[in-house]
Amino acid sequence: MNLLARRKLTNKVALTLSLSAMAFGLFWLAWILWTVFDLGLSGLSVALFTEMTPPPGADSGGLLNAIMGSLILVTLATLLGTPIGILTGVYLAEYGQHHWLGKTTRFINDLLLSAPSIVIGLFVYAVVVAQTGKFSAWSGVIALALIVLPVVVRTTENMLQLIPNTLREAAFALGAPKSVVISKVTLRAARAGVLTGVLLAVARIAGETAPLLFTALSNQFWSLNLNEPMANLPVTIFKFAMSPFTNWQELAWAGVFLITMGVLVLNIIARVFLRAEKIN
Amino acid sequence: MQINDAQIEFKDFNFYYGKFHALKNINFKMARHKCTAFIGPSGCGKSTLLRTINRMYDLYPEQRADGQLLLDGRNLLGSDIDVSVLRAKIGMVFQKPTPFPMSIYDNIAFGVKLHERLSAKDMDDRVEWALRKAALWEEVKDKLHQSGMSLSGGQQQRLCIARGIAVKPEVILLDEPTSALDPISTARIEELVDELKAEFTIIIVTHNMQQAARISDYTAYMYLGEMVEFGVTDELFVKPKKKETEDYITGRFG
Repeated sequence: MNLLARRKLTNKVALTLSLSAMAFGLFWLAWILWTVFDLGLSGLSVALFTEMTPPPGADSGGLLNAIMGSLILVTLATLLGTPIGILTGVYLAEYGQHHWLGKTTRFINDLLLSAPSIVIGLFVYAVVVAQTGKFSAWSGVIALALIVLPVVVRTTENMLQLIPNTLREAAFALGAPKSVVISKVTLRAARAGVLTGVLLAVARIAGETAPLLFTALSNQFWSLNLNEPMANLPVTIFKFAMSPFTNWQELAWAGVFLITMGVLVLNIIARVFLRAEKIN
Repeated sequence: MQINDAQIEFKDFNFYYGKFHALKNINFKMARHKCTAFIGPSGCGKSTLLRTINRMYDLYPEQRADGQLLLDGRNLLGSDIDVSVLRAKIGMVFQKPTPFPMSIYDNIAFGVKLHERLSAKDMDDRVEWALRKAALWEEVKDKLHQSGMSLSGGQQQRLCIARGIAVKPEVILLDEPTSALDPISTARIEELVDELKAEFTIIIVTHNMQQAARISDYTAYMYLGEMVEFGVTDELFVKPKKKETEDYITGRFG
């Protein structure tokens, strides 16, 4: 066999292998999405957004308290985790790059990034729930914020490192102090990437169940009190999906559909942001 | 060689990157309101020399200088120097255009706001003045609030020059300002340097010997961290005193 024919064959084999690997992955993904749409769409109704989670055996009911609870928990956790994450990322990229404190922080952040979320849930249970003696929305917010934090730290640091050093030097060359260089120039240049990181972190905590099981728990009723347990979609789905009631199971599928859609929309927004910035 | 009205002077100047001795015993003067060019092969230290004048090396803890670097008789290496004020006096333009991620107007106003408090009207005037000086006003006057990144490479480089001019420096450092530009944009920058000489002292690092010959009044040839020859551009290119200089400018070496 001559060289050209051999190269063509190698190419075909490699291409076939990688395409089948992709097909294997896509197959399950498509199946999951199909199931979510199939079972979730049928559960969609006005009642889903207007009625509370029903007691066992009831015919009607919706997910209003769980939707509202999830929105509150995710919003507060993002508001709590994002500023700390961005500031830490700035420290790592602009100040502590070669400092022992920076290296240690980066190492611990990597650990946090890969820590299973159930560990974070148990940690917050031990430090907050066990101490205060009750499950509360606040403890759920803290647990979710701990998941947001390392994601934002990592993306902020990476995005700032992508900014060419000459841009920093150009700002220094005008006599700008370091704080101005970072706040007005480098963070601004990295904003699309940082924002994408935040959106991806939000997408991640939107579906987290384990940390909430030990913290915010759930609530069958409408409650906006952050010191009390709060209803939320993931734990409601967990509870309802395992129940013997058809009504509950349908609501669980509807909840799965809502979360999937929410995450999909967030990912699309993140991509649009990144693209808009590139064209600019 | 006699320099009348010297503004910047290097005296027994040495520079180190960690343990590496990058500039060795530099001694020379640069004239006010003239253009001085640094030429030499890659790695000879010409950019390093340029970057000491606004103490850019301060950003990197492993870099240090000793000896004297005088601006109008005052040693810039001293600890009593406010680097921020110094950098307002000495502007710098880099090899690749570095527009900030903000509007054209804000790019120019950025440096001015660091050092002066101007009314909105005065700031508008200053922005226009700087853009006119950099020969960019006519091209951007209708889109001052568009992003600075939307300009072409040559326009971005003139924006950076305008940004430096806007803080009213005395000296402008140009670090290979045209190496990333096409020939037409390069020609515009060269014309601009010729006009700016009337008000600013220009120091330019260039890889392009023809460019040094075209736009500079004085030229320094550097090799391996040493200043081999420094003289009036016309003389250095026509009749170099040193054999090494001649080899380099005639292309027999490098």
